[in-house]
Amino acid sequence: MSNAEAQVVQEEIDLGMANKVIDKYINMKGALMPVLQEVQDAYGYLPEPCIHLISERLNVYLSQIYGVLTFYAQFHLEPRGKYIVRVCMGTACHVKGAGRIGDTLSELLGIGHAETTEDLKFTVEHVACIGACGMAPVIMVNEATYGSMSVQKMNEIVEKYRAMD
Amino acid sequence: MAAIEEQIRVLICQGTGGLASGAKEVELAFRAEFEKHGVDAKVGKRCTVVGTGCRGLCANDVLVDIVIPGQEAVTYDFVKAELVPQLVEEHILTGQVVEKKKAGPYYQKFLEKQMRVVFSRCGTIDAESLEDFLAHDGFVGIRKAVTMKPQEVIEEVKKSGLRGRGGGGFPTGVKWSFCAASPGTDKYLICNADEGDPGAFMDRSILEGDPYGLIEGMMIASYAIGAKNGYVYVRAEYPLAIKRLQKAIDVCYEKGFLGKNCLGLGFDFDLRIKAGAGAFVCGEETALMASIEGERGMPRPRPPFPAVRGLWTKPTNINNVETFANVSYIFYRGAEWFASIGTEGTKGTKIFALTGKIKHTGLVEVPAGITMREVIYDVCGGILNNRKFKAVQAGGPSGGCLPGEAIDAQVDYDSLIKAGAMMGSGGLVVMDETTCMVDIARFFLNFTRMESCGKCVPCRIGLKIMLDILERITEGKGHPGDIDLLQDMCFDIKKASLCGLGQTAPNPVLSTIRYFRHEYEAHIEHQRCPSNSCKSLLKFEVVEAACKKCGLCFKVCPVDAVRWEKGQLAVIDKDKCTRCTSCYDACRFMAIE
Repeated sequence: MSNAEAQVVQEEIDLGMANKVIDKYINMKGALMPVLQEVQDAYGYLPEPCIHLISERLNVYLSQIYGVLTFYAQFHLEPRGKYIVRVCMGTACHVKGAGRIGDTLSELLGIGHAETTEDLKFTVEHVACIGACGMAPVIMVNEATYGSMSVQKMNEIVEKYRAMD
Repeated sequence: MAAIEEQIRVLICQGTGGLASGAKEVELAFRAEFEKHGVDAKVGKRCTVVGTGCRGLCANDVLVDIVIPGQEAVTYDFVKAELVPQLVEEHILTGQVVEKKKAGPYYQKFLEKQMRVVFSRCGTIDAESLEDFLAHDGFVGIRKAVTMKPQEVIEEVKKSGLRGRGGGGFPTGVKWSFCAASPGTDKYLICNADEGDPGAFMDRSILEGDPYGLIEGMMIASYAIGAKNGYVYVRAEYPLAIKRLQKAIDVCYEKGFLGKNCLGLGFDFDLRIKAGAGAFVCGEETALMASIEGERGMPRPRPPFPAVRGLWTKPTNINNVETFANVSYIFYRGAEWFASIGTEGTKGTKIFALTGKIKHTGLVEVPAGITMREVIYDVCGGILNNRKFKAVQAGGPSGGCLPGEAIDAQVDYDSLIKAGAMMGSGGLVVMDETTCMVDIARFFLNFTRMESCGKCVPCRIGLKIMLDILERITEGKGHPGDIDLLQDMCFDIKKASLCGLGQTAPNPVLSTIRYFRHEYEAHIEHQRCPSNSCKSLLKFEVVEAACKKCGLCFKVCPVDAVRWEKGQLAVIDKDKCTRCTSCYDACRFMAIE
């Protein structure tokens, strides 16, 4: 991203929601993580201006915040797709062929782990364990869980979400 | 509201598994049918639809129990919304059980050898209803506990013989006494619900199915230790668990069960949820505390132990969800009762999550000391597709793989460690002859390497080098001497790592070398994968002698690379084949290699 583009993005961000979240936690011990989580919920990811705002208002070094952000798997610094497809890579799913499910998904969407399609529709993530091992292999699309996946079912699900806005 | 005994209750499994299989639609269908028929008036009783937690047999969801007072409860499995009108018309209105749709005899078998203590409320009560919880002996344990002095409460837990269910198996009462004895009045209590083990999901089930039970266990601990503040650290991959627990906590505050003067019993306890952010290492207690404090979840050396210097530098006690859930039953039914279950070294029951190549995947709660064979064959129905049992992985990435010979091992802390695995959190992943043990070792190492926090060198760099070696082996590029090198590295990493993650990460490699060395050798010396599972070593050819001409491979192939006609041998077209292994997985006769 060039500087000019970065500026355009920055101007579009409305910091109101982030400020509200910070107001809620400002006096709490260990506020950083919940603030980051809720700000991410509000924007879908963590835009840079929000991170600067959090740093200023919570009085935490930027370096520390980035340390936390890059440590945990669940923080995202880039915009993400409307449908987040989580492919479970847990033991049970692995034994039952999760690798193949992941490969198929990548083929269908043309993106790999932690990537987002250009139209911002899909993001693919490989996660450690969803905890629905009884139905392995499992994927989640946003909050919906789909169990006993097969290559065929994967096709159907992608088609279904493609057809939705 | 009419007492529970006088209602017709329709219990619908609404854990994550149930909901994924369509439990919400089933619930709506029941409500609609009740409305349509005016059922309440017709049968003269209140009909209630109850969304319960998980009942364990996740593979057969949606499970529905219809409980009519004075009659035995009937369980239906694989219920879809279309079936609901029939169930209501025949079973509820005319009292005629729909035999065809009833869960088969395996469901009886599934329950027979189990002993559901911690799970006794899961699947029976409405997980979100405080009234239901109270009607099923909720908060009886805490009321008994407060009649004793805190010191006596700890003694009682010691007497019960309860050991931590999170993996290590440290005696819970002893752990409590450390924290209770620490000076200062500002103490913390933490529930570790960061269930990161791939293949284990009992904590999630308890949180979803009986959140009040966990709160009760934590209240007892807080009273015993003198901790006024508590956290439940839940992994964020469990949105439903967080939602239900938060609701339970909110209700408890509203009714004055939490906060100042809990339940009017004269002690204070504040409880809040802290959602994790996706890091396996945060299951380690020092890392978990760092994470609550808003830092990167990195472990620190012990001592000082958390009981002396823990969260915000104050004395802290950390237990697992299952441990707390057990505590409330110890006080409700007595320490002697608890100690009468299980073996010499392991008291009480243990919940196992059985997954992998097994018929009835799910959660089972069995008395400690039962054998692995009983759990796999008697409770869970044996191996999928009647294939041969090969190994069971016990204890997640920190545990080990046990081969067929060890299947008669008892499941308790000490027997499992002797056999080269460990109880861990209780995940059992069953593998059949199509699972390659080298690949499994590679899989776990890949996991622990990704989740390593990177603080200490043996774990950060050692695991990476081991993983490179294993990857080479699975691609048929192993060198002579690789096995010895792997073993050496395992011992060094175990010895030199700072925290439990690094110290246990080599276990899957060690145990697979110990029991399945021949598979490593086959990969290295003959570039062969005996289980036909390593993709780059698979040839994708039909073995004519084994092929039963059934056409299953033909049906599953997504790219039409299999040629087959009825009564003919299948042939795989190598140009079309994408090596996706669908045909291989589907074949029941091991006819593809």
